[in-house]
Amino acid sequence: MRTPGRHILQAVSFAGLALSIIPAFLVFGGLLSMEIYFHLMVAGMLMWFGTAIFWIKKDNLG
Amino acid sequence: MSTETQSTPASVHTRTKSTLIERLDALYEYDREPVDENKLQGWWTFIAMFSSEHISGTEFVLGTLLVMHGVTAVDVFGGLALGNLLAVLSWAFMCAPIAVKERLTIYWQIRKIAGPYLTILYSGLFALILCLLAGSMVNVSTTAVTLPLHIPSPNYAAGQTVPSISWILIAIGVGTAIAVLAVLGFERLAHFAKVVAPWMPFVFLAGAISSLPSLGVTGLDNFWQIANEKIWTGAAYPGQMQYGFWHCVGLAWLCNIAQHMGMGDVTIFRYARKWQMGFCSAFGMFIGHYLAWICSGVLCAAYVHAQTAAGVADPNPTPGNIAMFGAGYAGVVCVLLAGWTTANPTLYRAGLAFQVATPNWRRWLVTLVAGILMIITACIPAVLHYLDRIVAYYGLFFMPLGAFVFIDFWLFPRLGLARNYAERRGLLISWPAAVGWFGSFGICFLLYAKDRYTSMAWINKHLPLFLSHYKADLFLQVLPAWLIAVILYTLCSLIQQGFNPISQEQTK
Repeated sequence: MRTPGRHILQAVSFAGLALSIIPAFLVFGGLLSMEIYFHLMVAGMLMWFGTAIFWIKKDNLG
Repeated sequence: MSTETQSTPASVHTRTKSTLIERLDALYEYDREPVDENKLQGWWTFIAMFSSEHISGTEFVLGTLLVMHGVTAVDVFGGLALGNLLAVLSWAFMCAPIAVKERLTIYWQIRKIAGPYLTILYSGLFALILCLLAGSMVNVSTTAVTLPLHIPSPNYAAGQTVPSISWILIAIGVGTAIAVLAVLGFERLAHFAKVVAPWMPFVFLAGAISSLPSLGVTGLDNFWQIANEKIWTGAAYPGQMQYGFWHCVGLAWLCNIAQHMGMGDVTIFRYARKWQMGFCSAFGMFIGHYLAWICSGVLCAAYVHAQTAAGVADPNPTPGNIAMFGAGYAGVVCVLLAGWTTANPTLYRAGLAFQVATPNWRRWLVTLVAGILMIITACIPAVLHYLDRIVAYYGLFFMPLGAFVFIDFWLFPRLGLARNYAERRGLLISWPAAVGWFGSFGICFLLYAKDRYTSMAWINKHLPLFLSHYKADLFLQVLPAWLIAVILYTLCSLIQQGFNPISQEQTK
């Protein structure tokens, strides 16, 4: 895969990871409801899986 | 060198594979030669591998079990830190140095010192325990699938020893899907597992952090107090054994002992450029067996607290329930994938080991048979309930053969003993290895059973005072088991080689 495309995919993947953790801190701080937090967790999951599968390499250990 | 090790792959494939030993050797034929220099891997490969392999569905269970066994917060934070540190040091100083010097799989290393018969036994028993562990992972995934379908998972602690028919049908479906997918495309699934791995710790951590307010935690200032009062309370749940600091140390050290002190991971580290890459195991241990266990403990306590407050008499903190509580449907998917992605390679390895004893069976058939064993195990709720004990038995049983590899490599030349004696003499079985293996496990089991089972209490009357007073839980026997195995093996080897020595010329 070309570098710019790969970088975009990686950016979306890392944003997905961020969305999978930051809302939890907002819930802890009382700034976010559990319901919205659950939705954001699903969004983060979809962003991660939708992109990471294309740039994470297979390993070749025997 | 014996003629067996001089056989070429072609010669092995052309001769009739009529015996068990030949079939086993042929199965591992491609791993017979040391790894080439150009196939060696760098740090990132091992960091990624350890980070992905040691975050599995069972982390949801083991962290929960520690809460239910009544450990304190100090036990968890301190004991798991020490146990995981010991595991990392075991990988770095025991497993990796031998792996990079020999660059052979564990199968060939055991074959050289213990002979083919014990290696076959090791492979067969290892396959059975792998089916059991894969079954526990299917059980974990099933708790996630049944949740949205409103099918309650069995609560073993509340006396539900058999799941409902609908739960069993779901488990059969999940297990069949895993077995079929393992047959159809193991490599593609292994890649998917690598994609899942970085995301899972975030779900564990998010679930725990978002659950803390439900326990009354408002900040770092009252976290420790709440942790001791509501999470790791120091009081075991009804029907559970009481655990403490050393149980946490032992569990963290033992749960992968077959891989580090048992040398199973020489198969992986034979690809390492340097032995120092053994320290990469820290990423697996401190993310998977520290962070994830602590997070699943928090999730368990928060779930039980919330259910009790809602008037539920017997809360059932299954992986699916606690993940749904802390992370919603993302948590449920995490549980499903955590079980699935680790059950797959486990089932694949079990199939590989079972293939030895099934002449002329095709690979897909062997994997499906292993899959059936896995599904049966998945339908036994006791497996998850006693998973920590099963892991301890597994570790103590398979560790001694790795201890022999270690001693054969480092100590035997210093004692003037010949290395790889069984291979050099063409022995089918090494009796010192048999004595060391079964002697170590047998002694450690009896020392545990004498205080655990009333039918075996009579043993105490026949032991010296210091041993009858020794209360040895399984988790506290890592070092005794290793020492007994090594001492028995070395003493028996001294006798064996004393009667039938290999000359200096042959040693060269």
